[in-house]
Amino acid sequence: MDLTLKIWRQKNAASKGKFVTYKISDISPNSSFLEMMDILNESLVLCGEDPVAFDHDCREGICGACSMYINGHPHGPDKAITTCQLHMRRFKDGETIVIEPWRARPFPVLKDLIVDRTAFDKIIQAGGYVSVNTGGIPDANSIPIPKVKADLSMDAAACIGCGACVAACKNASAMLFVAAKVSQFALLPQGRVEASERVQAMVAEMDKLGFGNCTNTGACEAECPKEISISNIARMNREFLSAKLGAQKPSGRTGSDA
Amino acid sequence: MSILDSKIPEGPLAEKWERHKAAIRVVSPANKRKLEIIVVGTGLGGASAAASLAELGYKVKAFCYQDSPRRAHSIAAQGGINAAKNYQNDNDSVFRLFYDTIKGGDYRAREANVYRLAEVSPNIIDQCVAQGVPFAREYGGLLDNRSFGGAQVSRTFYARGQTGQQLLLGAYSALSRQVKKGNVELFTRHEMLDVVLVEGRARGIIVRNMVTGEIERHAAHAVVLATGGYGNVFFLSTNAMGSNTTAIWKAFRRGAVFGNPCFTQIHPTCIPVHGDFQSKLTLMSESLRNDGRIWVPKQKEDAEKIRKGTLLPTQIKEEDRDYYLERRYPAFGNLVPRDVASRAAKERCDAGFGVGETGLAVYLDFSDAINRLGKSTIEARYGNLFQMYEKIVDENPYKTPMMIYPAVHYTMGGLWVDYELMTTIPGLFAIGEANFSDHGANRLGASALMQGLADGYFVLPYTIQNYLADQISVPKFSNDLPEFKLTEEEAVNRLKKLMNVRGKNTVDSFHKKLGHIMWEYVGMGRNAEGLKKAITEIRALREEFWKDVKIPGEMNEINPELEKASRVADFLELGELMARDALHRDESCGGHFREEFQTTEGEALRNDQEFMYAAAWEFTGDTQEPKLNKEVLDYEFVEVKQRNYK
Repeated sequence: MDLTLKIWRQKNAASKGKFVTYKISDISPNSSFLEMMDILNESLVLCGEDPVAFDHDCREGICGACSMYINGHPHGPDKAITTCQLHMRRFKDGETIVIEPWRARPFPVLKDLIVDRTAFDKIIQAGGYVSVNTGGIPDANSIPIPKVKADLSMDAAACIGCGACVAACKNASAMLFVAAKVSQFALLPQGRVEASERVQAMVAEMDKLGFGNCTNTGACEAECPKEISISNIARMNREFLSAKLGAQKPSGRTGSDA
Repeated sequence: MSILDSKIPEGPLAEKWERHKAAIRVVSPANKRKLEIIVVGTGLGGASAAASLAELGYKVKAFCYQDSPRRAHSIAAQGGINAAKNYQNDNDSVFRLFYDTIKGGDYRAREANVYRLAEVSPNIIDQCVAQGVPFAREYGGLLDNRSFGGAQVSRTFYARGQTGQQLLLGAYSALSRQVKKGNVELFTRHEMLDVVLVEGRARGIIVRNMVTGEIERHAAHAVVLATGGYGNVFFLSTNAMGSNTTAIWKAFRRGAVFGNPCFTQIHPTCIPVHGDFQSKLTLMSESLRNDGRIWVPKQKEDAEKIRKGTLLPTQIKEEDRDYYLERRYPAFGNLVPRDVASRAAKERCDAGFGVGETGLAVYLDFSDAINRLGKSTIEARYGNLFQMYEKIVDENPYKTPMMIYPAVHYTMGGLWVDYELMTTIPGLFAIGEANFSDHGANRLGASALMQGLADGYFVLPYTIQNYLADQISVPKFSNDLPEFKLTEEEAVNRLKKLMNVRGKNTVDSFHKKLGHIMWEYVGMGRNAEGLKKAITEIRALREEFWKDVKIPGEMNEINPELEKASRVADFLELGELMARDALHRDESCGGHFREEFQTTEGEALRNDQEFMYAAAWEFTGDTQEPKLNKEVLDYEFVEVKQRNYK
């Protein structure tokens, strides 16, 4: 396959970026998208040029590192996969492919296609956990959990934290990411204990970091490589509302794990 | 005197850990606050250790090269985690898990460590459930189990095909909680370049900030390496692209001995190689062998037609299929351990029965299971794996059998550690895949997650205290000590040297060449002649690398080529040690198969008289050969036998 690539190049966070066009030929339709990028980079290195920097690691769709915006879609045109799982057979010979980084203010570009997603870690740090220490735990089977609830929790927990939801959203909202974590715990008895504090703390952190609001366009769900359901956002809204309404504040305690 | 003191506690097997815990010293809460610990790596071992140590009150600094701790490669583990819960009432026990692991490792692991691993395994499941890990459950609400290779009981807990992800996210959430509390300082996109020794003790590390290129010094009372395995020495493996050996290799060069470097696990069920441009191999979980049956055509002519594309696997009649694992190993069938399954696949393909375009593939067939259980059940069990397969291969595994072939997956070897998980450098600990301790010559499926979390949650937090107890009076270190300056200077000079080669070939081209040598001579089948050749070729390649590698860009910016070059330079040294270790071990055991040493039936032939020891290699300088130390393995509690899965 012969292809034209229009790739966002940006030296670092401080400099301005621009699209640069590259021609690439003899690409096997069986190669993955990132292998195509490897081939491009090999040729750039051999010409003494700076290769295109992009995040990637596991290359099997689970680490959540890869993050390219391809032809107007996070992780490219296919449904339910990450960029590293995208294969060149999905494209036509002679096609022009436009490759950009995630575009969202809370995810600043560090170089080329690499963005800084520490904001997601900060949201988890605000309350995305069950406050238990190691040890002194009762037997794992001491609390039965209905299979349906466990399965729904697992559906939400499948989030890989890649940020495609934010990149897809015109408001750069992180609601799907936050809702997935809130839901995973809210559905389990172990997470229920702090559900109210958790949702408030995580939403507050999300807002503080500059993510936008949800206007129910559903772009996040459509582009999520793990098909996390937007119904999690509804669940989070319900959790948030009931937390606000029924908020009981014991003296001195703030957040989910003071 | 040997430099190896394994510190195995006295007493009956089942009492060793209890006795040891009772005997070791503890550090008071007030003193814990004064002690700092560096943890490198945030996978299952690193994240669980950093979180648990911080909960206890130590000041922890955690480092990872990824942009978030949640992306460490533990995340990719699919199938499950073993634990001796006996929830299935199938007569599982701590002893049985211990025995299966020792036997699975082909009697090359330390009894006391493996028993402890089995002993703490039930606590791991309790811990993870409490953290909100959504394990698979039965309709009654209790936890579900499945079977894995090398076991005749169902003791594997799982979360769909994403168990590693869910366990890592559990540990990551515990870590994040401690970051929020200020007990852990997190350094992402930081790569460790060297360990700093002061008066013979590990006192800190040198790291490169991968965004700014800045070289930083970090000091602590103890350093924990949880940096995973070194399978990427083969270039193609199931490891993440960034997985590397640098941290443990630098520790080796500073005096930590390296245990059994040649013990590599080749996983039987991976998607076959499809072209030169390929960057990595994708694993298909071992759990698939619960329901999938492995076969090749009985007739060579059929295999040839399949390779040419004139015959489809679904057209081959039942009686013309060779379910070779069921044929050779009726007792365990498709659930033999990984090393056995991999070698059997290689044997069939080498004999001309392989399928796929290259002939280097066998079938993993679900048609029987789909007929028996229905498509929806199979989809519920393995849906994400089937989807992953279809995306890569462009074939629907519900309709046509999967093609699989063995690939490098895990390294049982690693830094030698004593019972307390400390290396031969005082104050330097190694946990998880980075150490050599629990899996002998072959790891059983679903045991890597178990070991990572056992080390991080339930072993290291106890044993590290025994070291730290006499460190309480040692004041906080300054990273201005001459040792820090010198080590930093060495690290910087090495990077400069790499940048200044300004050769003509890319880092990847060297890495691929190294991988080719390793796979050819230090892979699934090894022999003395090939291993000698490998040593010569790796040396030549290393020399060429340092004369001809080309790295664009600058040191003080994001520079992925420089990162890769620095890692490959270490792989080029490690590869030689692996070949040397494989050459010295004149026997076959577990994943180490020396073609000269096999039974008449083609099984691994151990030599217990001469090789019942862990090989612990000691660095003696760049121009000298490494020194071999031996930790003789005493089997006090199990009878050492020829492994039999028939």
